[in-house]
Amino acid sequence: MAYYVIRRLLQAIPVLLGTTFLIYFMVFAMPGNPILALFGDRSPNPALLERLEAQYKFNEPFIVQYLNYLGNIVRGDFGISFSGQSVNDILARTFPVTLKLAVIAIVIEMIIALSVGLVSGLRKGGIFDASALIVSLLLISVPIFVLCFVAQFFVAVQLGWASPTVGADTSLPRLFLPAIVLALFVVATAIRLTRSSVIETASADFVRTAFSKGLSRRRVIPVHILRNSLIPVTTQLGADFGLLIVGATVTEGIFNVPGVGNTLYQAIIRGERPTVVSFVTVMVLFYLVVNILIDLLYAVLDPRIRYVK
Amino acid sequence: MSAANPANTSGHLLEIKDLEVGFRTSRGEVKALNGINFTMDAGETVAIVGESGSGKSTTAAAIINLLPGTGRISGGSVLFEGRDLAKATRSEMEEIRGKHIGYVPQDPMSNLNPVWSIGFQVEETIKANGLASGRKEVRAKAIEVLQQAGLADAEKRLRQFPHQFSGGMRQRVLIGIGLAAKPRLLIADEPTSALDVTVQRRILDHLASLTETDRTALLFITHDLGLAAERAEKLIVMYKGKIVEAGPSLEILQNPAHPYTQRLIAAAPSLASRRIQSAGVSLGGIEHDVASSAEGVDLIAAAETRVEQLGAAAGARPAIEVDNLTKVFKIRTGGLRSENFTAVDDVSFAIPKGTTMALVGESGSGKSTVAKLLLGLEQATSGTITIEGRRTEKLKGRELLALRRAMQPVFQDPYGSLDPLHNIGNTIAEPLRIHGVGDRASRRDRVTELLDQVSLPRVIAGRYPNELSGGQRQRVAIARALALKPDIVVLDEAVSALDVLVQAQILRLLADLQAELKLTYLFITHDLAVVRVIADNVAVMQRGKIVEAATTDEVFDNPREKYTRDLLDAIPGSGIKMGI
Repeated sequence: MAYYVIRRLLQAIPVLLGTTFLIYFMVFAMPGNPILALFGDRSPNPALLERLEAQYKFNEPFIVQYLNYLGNIVRGDFGISFSGQSVNDILARTFPVTLKLAVIAIVIEMIIALSVGLVSGLRKGGIFDASALIVSLLLISVPIFVLCFVAQFFVAVQLGWASPTVGADTSLPRLFLPAIVLALFVVATAIRLTRSSVIETASADFVRTAFSKGLSRRRVIPVHILRNSLIPVTTQLGADFGLLIVGATVTEGIFNVPGVGNTLYQAIIRGERPTVVSFVTVMVLFYLVVNILIDLLYAVLDPRIRYVK
Repeated sequence: MSAANPANTSGHLLEIKDLEVGFRTSRGEVKALNGINFTMDAGETVAIVGESGSGKSTTAAAIINLLPGTGRISGGSVLFEGRDLAKATRSEMEEIRGKHIGYVPQDPMSNLNPVWSIGFQVEETIKANGLASGRKEVRAKAIEVLQQAGLADAEKRLRQFPHQFSGGMRQRVLIGIGLAAKPRLLIADEPTSALDVTVQRRILDHLASLTETDRTALLFITHDLGLAAERAEKLIVMYKGKIVEAGPSLEILQNPAHPYTQRLIAAAPSLASRRIQSAGVSLGGIEHDVASSAEGVDLIAAAETRVEQLGAAAGARPAIEVDNLTKVFKIRTGGLRSENFTAVDDVSFAIPKGTTMALVGESGSGKSTVAKLLLGLEQATSGTITIEGRRTEKLKGRELLALRRAMQPVFQDPYGSLDPLHNIGNTIAEPLRIHGVGDRASRRDRVTELLDQVSLPRVIAGRYPNELSGGQRQRVAIARALALKPDIVVLDEAVSALDVLVQAQILRLLADLQAELKLTYLFITHDLAVVRVIADNVAVMQRGKIVEAATTDEVFDNPREKYTRDLLDAIPGSGIKMGI
């Protein structure tokens, strides 16, 4: 087990190197001088410009900048943003917010997907199943910003059940509305997967055997059908979790959540090389860790899987 | 549900009257059972036999109201102790299942939930049927149930998962579960078909003694006539959803009245093997009417062809030569440790061109590993394989491809070895495409030729595997193996999953093809009865070693090893004289 985890983490190193290199290169290749852009219409003092460029090492060749940056990361230093804050501080401030948002969203997704998927699967072809399919298709086809605005307008503005934006106060109740929107955005696939998985399990031989032992439906459904259906659904939820961390940019923007996505978006616009690359690196690292955790969870869910090698 | 149910006027434990079962399809309801009638009394053992699709498993499922998919009881009644189960509510059925009617399913591999421990699955049965209460009592009862089912170290094994159990052990667990509540009726649906003969015998003996002590009635479903005759007092023969013949087992086997029963008896290789032998030894003294059983004649013909082949092949260079072949696997013993497991241990044999060698043994004896080594699907640890005079262990790329072309496999499971998304024509043509043989048109012609060779209608080329029966699929697999005109065919349990009638057809086909195309077969099986009719030489494997190797007649008539004798004795029905 430990061996397996270590091996997986070692495998993450080339992935991290590759992604940081690509991101760094792309940001480097963006046209325009980011420092000049900072001054807007005013033309800066050439001495000041030179000093800033030296401070951010923009005058060095690409590869030197990149290696420099890598060296700093290894020392745990993600650099300094244009506003003079350390990127480490920004990460420490924004990451927990996004994590909280993603966790709430994934819990909501799990509850909806498992309950709707289970009922659909057990009553295959019924009215509930058909309606669930229509709603799922609707959710898949509507772009997320539309979902955001609809939720913001009806739930927050019209009904007044929630605050339309989050702002500085990131307590659970305030994150609830954007979390629901995020959950709805990814829930359709999980519902369909749960449904097909339930249908497959329900016709398995061991389910019939469970009934033949004299077990009631109330016992067979959760213990033998749902439990076994969890295995494929878990992979999906794990992938969704990574997606929610990384891809909450639009939702965070619309609901003004001070999270990773929002900050990253701002940094890309301003061409803040250190911030962008550092954020992406941390996200990739996070994504890899989540995937390893999902693989380990697999072994818990399915005793046939044991990681030794 | 007491034994003194006042409604139980007939006095039978189980009385099935005019039972009809239908399956809803897009073209309306299809009848799977058409007016089934039979009765069972306490302590009685009744066997239902028939080929797959005859409705025998449907009958079993209908009794406990667990029909698969869209199936439902559309008429008649199932009176269990006088009470009609066809009209019972869901909760009434839940009460009856497990407690009053036990069920042992067919396939031990798929009938235990892989994610729960053995202990969990036994304990939930005990709790559901109120056999014990309290954690400790339930656990103790679970151990007792498993020990009774013949699992000696049950206490240690409670925490283990199904995948850590062998097929035989899983079947014991399922038997334990089925008998946990001491039901009055136990339905066993092909309880040992997936197991080796020796394990099969131990399990059936055990089942018989358990049901005898408690006077449990046993409804035994099987496609194996020999097994049914040996184990049951009463025999019910089903065909296409109807009972065609019923009565005392021996009477039916010795004087079958219905033509279908006669065919079934003629085709059963465990019984046919006796006949071929007697045909060779005392040609004049055969009592049965040969003309009445088509399959019987074919098998004899096949055996004669074989003798001719054998004479021609003697002295020629062997098609396959295996010397001191050893394969060691590392198996994990928990944590990071592993120990060596020798699956194939210093095995040597040679197969003359155009002949058949059978490799027999229980599962786990290493016979399939030999096949994999031969086919180059596994690397040998040591030893050599020489095919048509060429050493195979160092072949790579083009040469390996050429070797594969000369040697083709047919596997056990005709359901699993055909891609459901490819039609039959493409499946058969695939090896030709891979090896770049011919163009589209010539490949299509070859497919037609192959379909003719394996006696399948040409129209089948456009159909998909799920539209074919098991026997047809195995013919397709054989056609695919023959596509490249190989010299050697490795048949790994190629007929084990088939019904007796289909099995006889496939064996005949294989014998014909061998005579026609001068094929060399390596025939791997656990079924000695099949060996008798197909093989020239037999090698018996036990724990990775060949313990006995000789011609088929020698092995069958004078087995040297005790292990071989055990295997032979375990063939069901071998002690019963058949009459056709």
